[in-house]
Amino acid sequence: MDLIRSHVMVCGGTGCTSSNSAAVIAEFEKQLTAKGIDKEVKVVRTGCFGLCEAGPVCIVYPEGSFYAHVKVEDVERIVEEHLIKGRIVKDLLYKGAVKEDNTIKSLDKVDFYKKQKRVALRNCGVIDPENIDEYIAFDGYQALGKCLTEMTREDVIDVILKSGLRGRGGAGFPTGLKWKFAYNSQSEKKYVCCNADEGDPGAFMDRSVLEGDPHAVIEAMAIAGYAIGADQGYIYCRAEYPIAVKRMQIAIKQAREYGLLGKNIFGTDFSFDLDVRLGAGAFVCGEETALMTSIEGKRGEPRPRPPFPAVKGLFGQPTILNNVETYANVPQIINKGWEWFASMGTEKSKGTKVFALGGKINNTGLVEVPMGTTLREVIYDIGGGCPNGKKFKAAQTGGPSGGCIPASELDIEIDYDNLLAIGSMMGSGGMIVMDEDNCMVDIARFFLDFTVDESCGKCAPCRIGTKRMLEILERIVEGKGEDGDIEKLETLAETIKATALCGLGQTAPNPVLSTLKYYRHEYEAHIYEKRCPAGQCKALLNYKIDPDKCKGCTLCARQCPANCISGKVREPHVIDNSKCLKCGACMEKCKFGAISKG
Amino acid sequence: MSLENKEKYEALQNVIDELKNEPGALMPIMQRAQDIFGYLPEDVQNYIAKELDIPVSDIYGVATFYAQFNLEPKGKYIISVCMGTACYVKGSQLVLDKLEEVLEIPAGRTTADGLFTLNATRCLGACGLAPVIMVNDDVYGRLTPDQIPAIIEKYRR
Repeated sequence: MDLIRSHVMVCGGTGCTSSNSAAVIAEFEKQLTAKGIDKEVKVVRTGCFGLCEAGPVCIVYPEGSFYAHVKVEDVERIVEEHLIKGRIVKDLLYKGAVKEDNTIKSLDKVDFYKKQKRVALRNCGVIDPENIDEYIAFDGYQALGKCLTEMTREDVIDVILKSGLRGRGGAGFPTGLKWKFAYNSQSEKKYVCCNADEGDPGAFMDRSVLEGDPHAVIEAMAIAGYAIGADQGYIYCRAEYPIAVKRMQIAIKQAREYGLLGKNIFGTDFSFDLDVRLGAGAFVCGEETALMTSIEGKRGEPRPRPPFPAVKGLFGQPTILNNVETYANVPQIINKGWEWFASMGTEKSKGTKVFALGGKINNTGLVEVPMGTTLREVIYDIGGGCPNGKKFKAAQTGGPSGGCIPASELDIEIDYDNLLAIGSMMGSGGMIVMDEDNCMVDIARFFLDFTVDESCGKCAPCRIGTKRMLEILERIVEGKGEDGDIEKLETLAETIKATALCGLGQTAPNPVLSTLKYYRHEYEAHIYEKRCPAGQCKALLNYKIDPDKCKGCTLCARQCPANCISGKVREPHVIDNSKCLKCGACMEKCKFGAISKG
Repeated sequence: MSLENKEKYEALQNVIDELKNEPGALMPIMQRAQDIFGYLPEDVQNYIAKELDIPVSDIYGVATFYAQFNLEPKGKYIISVCMGTACYVKGSQLVLDKLEEVLEIPAGRTTADGLFTLNATRCLGACGLAPVIMVNDDVYGRLTPDQIPAIIEKYRR
């Protein structure tokens, strides 16, 4: 066996792959071979490191040097200087990882990671997800072994119950309780399903777990199968996640080869196998009954509950369905004990939660924090605040089922119940930050547009009600809002909440209700003053030239495609707003900052 | 039947033979059929219906329910503009507007020369690079509308 003296861990998550990390990996391999050190330095393509903003990222061990924005042409220098001569290439390091005295910080001291606690993401960025041996080296499949050889089925369910683990996919139902219901259902055949149909826009934590630590999901599903008495599982994954699907398929194949899936696992009479099923682009399939209908190969429409899936689910048999992140916690709860897990978090929300930070925030990426961390810590201490010195306006959580959290609630401790209390929800963990330039009425319209497009059409409140709400919102952002629109929106929202068939329909009005709650004045400005306070809604924009700043250079007039700017040379110009197309070309070109919009 | 078409139907038959006894086989078969043909023409739907002994209305129902099944041929380059929340708040609508202008087609359509199909798509999960578009498998991130013409030009050549 070769003795490896250095490891180069390159992120192969979707974010970094999109930033061309595959070419960086290839270049490392080429350079190492050219220098003849490919036997002593190993390049590993790992799962997501979390800090997508700095991608492509790579960490060189044993030093733990965190290189950011690595380009193909940088690789030769890292190999030559760092890996051959032992001199860290400081100018290529992630800036937050270099101390003032020019020495480097270890990863857990970097601002972005300091307050994080990686449980679900523990192996992401640490192991090669396509190599089962690396997972096993990090205690992989130990929990499954423990369950099968030392614990009864009842013991397993008891540990999960006591840990306080709740579903990470949205509603936060206690996982152990779900397992117990399915355990109690009498049937020859039962199923274990994994919801990897991560449909909330702006959420990508499940994808990162599948890409970075697929075996953790397989192990947890086998444990769930043992607990409830199932021998078959399905992972229902979005087709938009090709890397995740490929790694999961590789992982299943390796687990079968090692006898960790299949017949008589660990020499016991427990047998379990897994298949991956691909979604085909329908948001509603994230709803549990719709997802199972889709695995059955039909139109993925939800059905009324009860009967609950634990009684009558996939192919009419008792079924449990958990989300990817939920499963990723299970093996560690078994290994470390429920007391360990329950020691993290708040009274009713235990453990950690992964959030996908995106939008107007400096450090976009994945963060995992203990439940009860404040929103302020996530946005400012970890996320680094809004870029370009803009003011934080809102954080949107829970996707199309959630709501916007305003700046006045920044000190809220994030957990399931606190978010619900302020009109949002945990959801799967997307957290989109908005700054002063984002119009909240337009955001509500954006989500309703999504819901209308994705409504399956089975029940009238969702199919017709959300459409009516969207029509009203479209009128408002186009400057055609009328007195009474807000009240109509509220009535429709309450009706849909009370009467829609499935959870997605019932929560569809939330983006409107939460923005109405905190930003009613923006709705009113659109309707009564025909003004968009954030300056985003095109139809309501008016461009103005400040006569004191305008030098009369004529540049704007020459740029204007509608010829609506007039004025003499060296005299202040004027915009005729009745002809203006609101394209903003004049404002972009003005060298004197004389043009403003509002 | 052309030779090329014959080969495609043979490939489809192999897929059906491989999967038809699996529970819930219809969607995987349709997904593989679309990989083979590029879309799901009526003849292919009829063929699957006959082989699985189910009404073709079931297949049409599934094909029209899910966004990823296409009933019409697509362009050589499929442009997907991410309209997820993170991309939206960072201006993906302006990127889409520019693409519609440059390609002279609305979202959801294919250019007359069959080169480009323009889609507004759900979150691609590359939120760190917002706003993002994909042209087939190539990803372009942190885009501004003025970069669009050069990107399109690359594929026109």
